[in-house]
Amino acid sequence: MSAVLIIAGKEIRDGVRNRWAVTATVVLAGLALALAFLGSAPTGHVGVPPLAVTVVSLTSLTVLLVPLIAIILSYDALVGEIERGTMLLLLAYPVRHWEVVAGKFLGHTALLGCATVIGYGAAGVVIAATAKGSTAGQWPAFSVLIATSVGLGAAFLALGYLISSTVRERATAAGIAVGVWLLLVLLFDMGLLGFLAATQGRGISASLFRWILMLDPADIFRLINLASFTDVRKYSGMAGLSAQAQVPPGTLAAALLAWIAAPLGLTIAIFGRRQL
Amino acid sequence: MNAVELCGVGKRYGRQWAVREVTLSLRAGERLALLGHNGAGKTTLMKLMLGLTRADRGTVGVLGGAPGGAGSPSRQAIGFLPENVAFHDAMTARETLRFYARLKRRPEAECLELLDRVGLAAAADNRIGTFSKGMRQRLGLAQALLGNPRLLLLDEPTTGLDPALRQAFYEIIGQLASNGTAVLLSSHLLTELEERTDRIAVMYQGRLAAAGTLDQLRVAAGLPVEIRLRIADGRRVAVADALALHSPRSVGLQELTLSCPVADKMTVLRAVAALGDDVRDLEMTLPGLDAIYASFTGAPATLEAA
Repeated sequence: MSAVLIIAGKEIRDGVRNRWAVTATVVLAGLALALAFLGSAPTGHVGVPPLAVTVVSLTSLTVLLVPLIAIILSYDALVGEIERGTMLLLLAYPVRHWEVVAGKFLGHTALLGCATVIGYGAAGVVIAATAKGSTAGQWPAFSVLIATSVGLGAAFLALGYLISSTVRERATAAGIAVGVWLLLVLLFDMGLLGFLAATQGRGISASLFRWILMLDPADIFRLINLASFTDVRKYSGMAGLSAQAQVPPGTLAAALLAWIAAPLGLTIAIFGRRQL
Repeated sequence: MNAVELCGVGKRYGRQWAVREVTLSLRAGERLALLGHNGAGKTTLMKLMLGLTRADRGTVGVLGGAPGGAGSPSRQAIGFLPENVAFHDAMTARETLRFYARLKRRPEAECLELLDRVGLAAAADNRIGTFSKGMRQRLGLAQALLGNPRLLLLDEPTTGLDPALRQAFYEIIGQLASNGTAVLLSSHLLTELEERTDRIAVMYQGRLAAAGTLDQLRVAAGLPVEIRLRIADGRRVAVADALALHSPRSVGLQELTLSCPVADKMTVLRAVAALGDDVRDLEMTLPGLDAIYASFTGAPATLEAA
C-alpha cells in the first residue's frame, strides 16, 4: 500500500473516531430534510417538482456550510501536526512531503464525500418517497448537486491546506481560514453586487462578468447548480442571469477542478520546501 | 563503514548558527551520547541526519549515503524517537504502531512483539489519551525499533521515565547495540549516561566542545581526582609532611584530602602506600560527568583548544 493511501486511511479513521464524520453527516442530512419539508410546504399542490425546489434551497445552504466544514477540517492539517510534533516523526519515515499532503487530501475528501452523499442522498430518497408525482426526471440535477458539493468542499479543503502550509502557528491559520471563507462565500458576491449596482450594470460587459464569477469557487458552484438545469433555473431566479452569463457546463466543471488543483499544487510546492 | 559521518557540518537558522563545524562519527554497534543544554544543537544534528533539514556547510553521511529523502534506502533503516514524542490521542497503541509499521513496510506481527518488548502489551488496545508520559515514551521507543534499525536516533529518550523504566530502556538499547545497531541518544541528564554509553560528545552553543570516552573526557577536562585519607591517631602532621608535595588539606583531626590530576593518580597512590599503617583508609572520587560537563561548557574559552 502506498504511503498516500496509508495516510488517507489514518485520516478517515481519525475522522470516524472523533465523531467528526458522523456529526457532519447528521448535520447535512438534518438540514437537507428540514429544507425539503419547509421548502415544499408553500408549494402545496401547485405541481412544483419537489426535488428541483430542494436543489435550489440546498444550493444556498451548501454554499455556506460545506466550505465552512471543509476549511475547518483542513486549516490545521499541516501546521497543527507540526505544532503537536507528530509531523516531525511522520516525515522521519519513508514518506515524501507531497505524499503527506495528498494522503490528507484524499482522506478528508473521502470523509466529506461520504457525509455529503449519505446526508443529502438520504434527504433525496425521503423527498422522492413522500412526493406525490414522479421525481425521476429531477435526479440528474440532484446528483450534480451532490457531486459539486463534494467538489466545492474539496476546493476549500485545498485552500485550507494552502493556509496551513504557509503559516507558523495554528491560531494564525484559523484566523486566515475564517477570513478566506468570509471573502469567498460572502464578501466577493457582495462586492460584485455593490459594483454592479453602483455602475448600474454598465461597468463590465456580460462576458467579463462571466469570467469574474470564475474567480470564486462558490459562484462556480452556484452557476452549475442553479443555471444548468431548466427545471431548477425556473425556481432559482437565475433564468435571467444564466441567459446573460451562459458558461458551458464543461468550463464550469473545469474551473471548479482548477480551484482544487491549484491550491493543492501550491501547497505541495510550499510544504515540500519547508524544513522542520 | 560508519553509521554516521559528519564532517565540518554547519546549519544556520536565519542569522543564528544552530550547529557549527561539527565533525563526528558513529560506528556500527556504538552507543554515543550527545550531551548539551537545550538549544545546544542536539536536535538539529538529528534532523540533519534524518534529512529533514539540509546542512549549510560540510557533509553529512548516513549509513554510507547522503541523508535520505523519503525514497532513499537509509530511511528504512533509521529509527527515530523525537523529543516529547506526540501521538494522536484518539488512536490505540496498537493502531498507532500498525500505522507506522505500514509506512515502514513491516509486517503487523512485529507490532505485537514490540509492544510486548516495551511492556505495553497489556495496554495495546487502550487509547493513547489515557496513557501516562512514561507509556507514551515506551510507545515512542517501540515505533523507533520497527524494522530493526541499523541507526537509532533518540532525542531525550528518558525524560519523564521513572528509574525502573530508565533501567529497562537502557537494557533494550544495550541489546540493540550488541546486535550492531548504532545508537545516538541525546540527554541533559548526565549521571545516568556514565555506565550506559560507549562515547560521549559534549555540545555547547552549536559546537562540539569535546568527544570521547568518559575517561578521555576526564583527562581532557583536567579535573582533579579527590583522594580522602583516614589517618592513624596522632599521625596527621607526619603524614601531611610526607605528602607535602601534593598539598594535602586537613579535614578534622583524622582526615586529609588530596587533589591531583587524573594522570598523576598512581604517583600519589604509591606515595600514600609507602606510608604504611599511618594511613588507615582511603577513598577516591573521580570527577563525574556533571563536573566534566560543567568544565567544558562553563569555560568556553578553553573549549576551542579541546
